[in-house]
Amino acid sequence: MATFNLDINGKKQTLDVDPKTPLLWVLREHLKLVGTKYGCGIAQCGACTVHFEGNAVRSCSLPVSAAANKKITTIEGLSENGDHPVQKAWLEHDVAQCGYCQTGQIMSATALLNKNANPTDEQIEAAMSGNICRCGTYVRIREAILSASSKK
Amino acid sequence: MEKINTSFSRRSFLKSSVLASGGLMISFSGLSKYMPEDNIKPINLADEWNELTGYIKITSDNIIKILNPNPEFGQNVMTSLPMIVAEELDVDWKKVVVEMGPHDNVKLGPQFTGGSNSVRMYWKPLREAGAAARQMLREAAAQTWHVPMDEVTTKAGMLYHEKSGKSGTYGDFATLAAAIPIPKGVTLKDIKSFNVVGNSSKNVEGLKIVTGKPLFALDHDYEGMLIAMIEHPPAFGKKLKSFDASEALKMPGIKDVFSLKLYEDGYEQTGFDTRTFNDLLVVVGNTTWEVMNARKKLKVTWEPTSDTKEVIGGFRGKTEVIIPAGLESTSSHLEKMTEYAKKPAQQLRKDGDPETAFANAAQILERTYTAPFLAHNCMEPMNYFAHVTDEKALLIGPHQAPGWIEPTLAKILNLPPDKIEIQMTRMGGGFGLRAYGHYLTEAALISRKVKAPVKLVYSREDDMTYGIYRPMYTATYRAALDANKNIIAFHVKGGGIPEHPVHANRFPAGAIDNYLAEGWAIPSNITIGAFRAPRSNFNAAAEQSFLDELAEMVGKDPIEFRLELLKRAKENPVGKNNDYDADRYVGVLNLLKEKSGWNNPENKKYSRGVAAYFCHNSYAAHVVDIVKKDGQPYVERVFSVVDCGVVINPDAAVNMVQGAVVDGIGNAFYGGLTHKDGASEQNNFNRYRMIRYKEAPKKIDVSFVKNDVDPTGLGEPPFPPVFAAVANALYKNTGKRFYDQPFGKFIELNRQRM
Repeated sequence: MATFNLDINGKKQTLDVDPKTPLLWVLREHLKLVGTKYGCGIAQCGACTVHFEGNAVRSCSLPVSAAANKKITTIEGLSENGDHPVQKAWLEHDVAQCGYCQTGQIMSATALLNKNANPTDEQIEAAMSGNICRCGTYVRIREAILSASSKK
Repeated sequence: MEKINTSFSRRSFLKSSVLASGGLMISFSGLSKYMPEDNIKPINLADEWNELTGYIKITSDNIIKILNPNPEFGQNVMTSLPMIVAEELDVDWKKVVVEMGPHDNVKLGPQFTGGSNSVRMYWKPLREAGAAARQMLREAAAQTWHVPMDEVTTKAGMLYHEKSGKSGTYGDFATLAAAIPIPKGVTLKDIKSFNVVGNSSKNVEGLKIVTGKPLFALDHDYEGMLIAMIEHPPAFGKKLKSFDASEALKMPGIKDVFSLKLYEDGYEQTGFDTRTFNDLLVVVGNTTWEVMNARKKLKVTWEPTSDTKEVIGGFRGKTEVIIPAGLESTSSHLEKMTEYAKKPAQQLRKDGDPETAFANAAQILERTYTAPFLAHNCMEPMNYFAHVTDEKALLIGPHQAPGWIEPTLAKILNLPPDKIEIQMTRMGGGFGLRAYGHYLTEAALISRKVKAPVKLVYSREDDMTYGIYRPMYTATYRAALDANKNIIAFHVKGGGIPEHPVHANRFPAGAIDNYLAEGWAIPSNITIGAFRAPRSNFNAAAEQSFLDELAEMVGKDPIEFRLELLKRAKENPVGKNNDYDADRYVGVLNLLKEKSGWNNPENKKYSRGVAAYFCHNSYAAHVVDIVKKDGQPYVERVFSVVDCGVVINPDAAVNMVQGAVVDGIGNAFYGGLTHKDGASEQNNFNRYRMIRYKEAPKKIDVSFVKNDVDPTGLGEPPFPPVFAAVANALYKNTGKRFYDQPFGKFIELNRQRM
């Protein structure tokens, strides 16, 4: 066990935990921030995507030791009431089916749009192809990203 | 009552959902749709909800709540089923709040998600429930105003008596109405006057989804809850022999390691009690991560299984199945399938004299198709919460059929059904797998054993390698042509591991004079189960690819070729029990021709493939347009047409069809699970390839045939024909016919050769 200073959604806190614990499980099981999902545990599905210093990362494969003192944003920190432009675009296009992967999709899309307000199709493909949607809502994910990007 | 620890700050509404019906319900999904939870809080007290039929609850200050009866796994029932109630109740949909109903098959119907049945089976009961409640409210108003009920009208949650000028909200009369017996024989609205059904409404849980609220069972935490995981055998055909847990028990957070038996010897299974492994090695600890780590320290000896007799009950009577011993491999499966395909098989249907017709044929086309096992790969892995004591059981989690698993739990736990409470959470996908309840039964037994509330969690690897797959299938199609290229005979012989896929009475049965359908099966210890349109998902792929090749052989346009066969099936059908309506089949093809611009010259730049299929009482057809992207075939856009009768929530229905198309493209190109010596060769998404954003079409244009037919299935029907539309478009793009799924394997090979 070791003590880590975490900066999650702008809230600084100290946690005593095994350094190898993936950030995903720290978020879900220690901090009860369950919007970040477990899907594969090997950084293949993107359900656990969070922002690490503004970049989309797979929290299932990031040990908590590497997240210490870094700015981490989870879906819970994206907006107070779901009114971030990307979340609003997701609602406007009614993207979700089962909904399980969508927080990870939104975190990937937001990281992209924060850096590049008007991405090309190829740039969207590159940013979004690490997130699996088993229900197959990719067409709507695309529409939502395009409409969020034009609003910026 | 259980105390729930949710991660986000929730207030008293969580605790206060003790419903007027007397049911004890933990409402962790809470009320959905437009109504901020803070507004609900002050009025959400048990005695203030007046129940009008099991589905509708109204407070005196006019909060109208509709319960969704059916498990939600992404098919939109949480929104679309309450819309049906709201339509007949005559309320303003925007003001309705929606809540997941409790498991109560008496008050809330069959509560089963599967077979594309949700809307089909609830269409009439929900309309009647809404209409009955509306009538009860009118009667209450009539009694209060001392006027005839016939003179009381409703509009958007209000009651009016025009002559006297009296009016009131539904809430004003809810208490009185709740005391009125539920009327029988109510009058339903004319479909043409609908204003909720048929108008797109947003997902009632949309906001919770995009903000990451704990909607899924995996997200919920309960006071004193432990986490359990099961170390299953590494291969089909193996079972637990012995284990040494001394190292695992030393790991941090670990409470217990033990083995237990799922079913006692001789247990008579229901059709959905399928389980792959019976001797369970269980690790219990404080957190998922700790349990995952402790599992790595287990020292386990596995041993081969013997042939095992399973007794399976059901409404068709009791059957005995021998599950063979042995470590099976895909290579030997393929060899065996080739061997069995040559043997005599069970005749499923015969019209005319196919043997003679084939003997006299001028030309014969024969093609064989194969498809692998498929894993469901729901994004939320299997998991279930259980708190079982000697007196009662509380089970909360993702399952498609609580009414089917309850009798199983009653038997296994030796508890009366009224001591078993099952709560349905939103499922992170289901696709048929969650109709089976092994993980739920496992959770219940583990909780009883450790005497604590437990959440059983499957890792992705556990989930993918457990079994209950879409079976491995093959089928050989033959068609006999006369000298004028007329089709004089048709033969399908299908088989699989461990069941055959053939639907003998489906198209083109009924359209060809001499017809033969046969089926065979190879026993296996790899378990199988329902997977989005079982059997149809293979039949459509094979049959519709074969028809494409046949159309080419006789020199006809593939759509016109199908229309000619359907014309014959309608005007002069061959045989009996033809399981489709030729007119509706023709309807989707004709609309698809129009919507896709089938004969439009500007679409010639695409490699176009078409396919159509009927299942779950609905008709679906697609045109898939392939282009070359980075030198590889890529499905850039798709046109889809579906006839599923009345569409409840059009935009959500479009979403469902788009998802089915993507699912079909993904499985056609990449899906497949292979085995070596009993072990799955894929156990996570690094080896099991799933379709990703960049491989999905840019556009999927969906149209519905407009009619007033009572709703038929939607979740499954658009899925099966996608595979063949892809294969047929690939042929146009590559010049090569694709017979063996997944097609991507062969495209990659071609590329390497080049």
